[in-house]
Amino acid sequence: MKIPILRLKDILLTSIQVDLTDDDALEFQYDVLQMVTETEANGIVIDITAMDVVDSFMARLLNETATMVQMLGTEVVICGMQPSVALTLVEMGRELIGVKTALNLDQGLDVLRQIIEERESDGNERD
Amino acid sequence: MKEIKVEIRAQSDIIVARRAGRDMARDLGFGSADQTRLATAISELTRNIIQYAGEGVCVITDESDKTTIKVRVKVEDNGPGIPDIDQAMEQGFSTARGLGAGLPGTKRLVQEFDIDSVPGHTIVIIAITQRKV
Repeated sequence: MKIPILRLKDILLTSIQVDLTDDDALEFQYDVLQMVTETEANGIVIDITAMDVVDSFMARLLNETATMVQMLGTEVVICGMQPSVALTLVEMGRELIGVKTALNLDQGLDVLRQIIEERESDGNERD
Repeated sequence: MKEIKVEIRAQSDIIVARRAGRDMARDLGFGSADQTRLATAISELTRNIIQYAGEGVCVITDESDKTTIKVRVKVEDNGPGIPDIDQAMEQGFSTARGLGAGLPGTKRLVQEFDIDSVPGHTIVIIAITQRKV
């Protein structure tokens, strides 16, 4: 199951719309990293609105994917987590640590834009 | 009494099992939070089968009566077993692929949690219940 990753100017947009097996999820992680590098994107939004289960494996994978993307030098926002998914993750003792999140895709894109702008103005000040 | 049995042999069976659990919980009248708790718990337990035992079975049963609605899930395998259950129930303990939250996390999602493991047979029984209104 291939999850499409769309390019919108300097950012990437991807939405997980199907139930992923563990192998699908690992492939998705690799595809994200690959696409970030190829496109030299400034940021990526990962939309998880349609995910009705995020178990400890998937939570860890999302967390690690975000960390890896940031390590490459690209900003990342995860958006659209279902309320019952947030509730379940916290009850299980899992969180998305160190990952920017947003309520929905609209806000996710806004947050990402903001982070990228801040980064660029920081860079300019140093110059 | 409704009962669904899902053979757990491949990663995709994890998805089949947790969907079946969610569907039954929804049909019995559980809210979306409980549906998600149950589906997530099934996901954790059936993944343990794939990771540690290779194959097993997940049986989801409607055990509702006059006063309560109840979904009971039995997850069973003939794998190597859990050598130290107390240790496995500690937060942060995990032997394979460092998941950590697995069993203790699952226990916190459900009202009933029972585990028994000897070499060659591991059985975990969980249930969510709710008083009928």
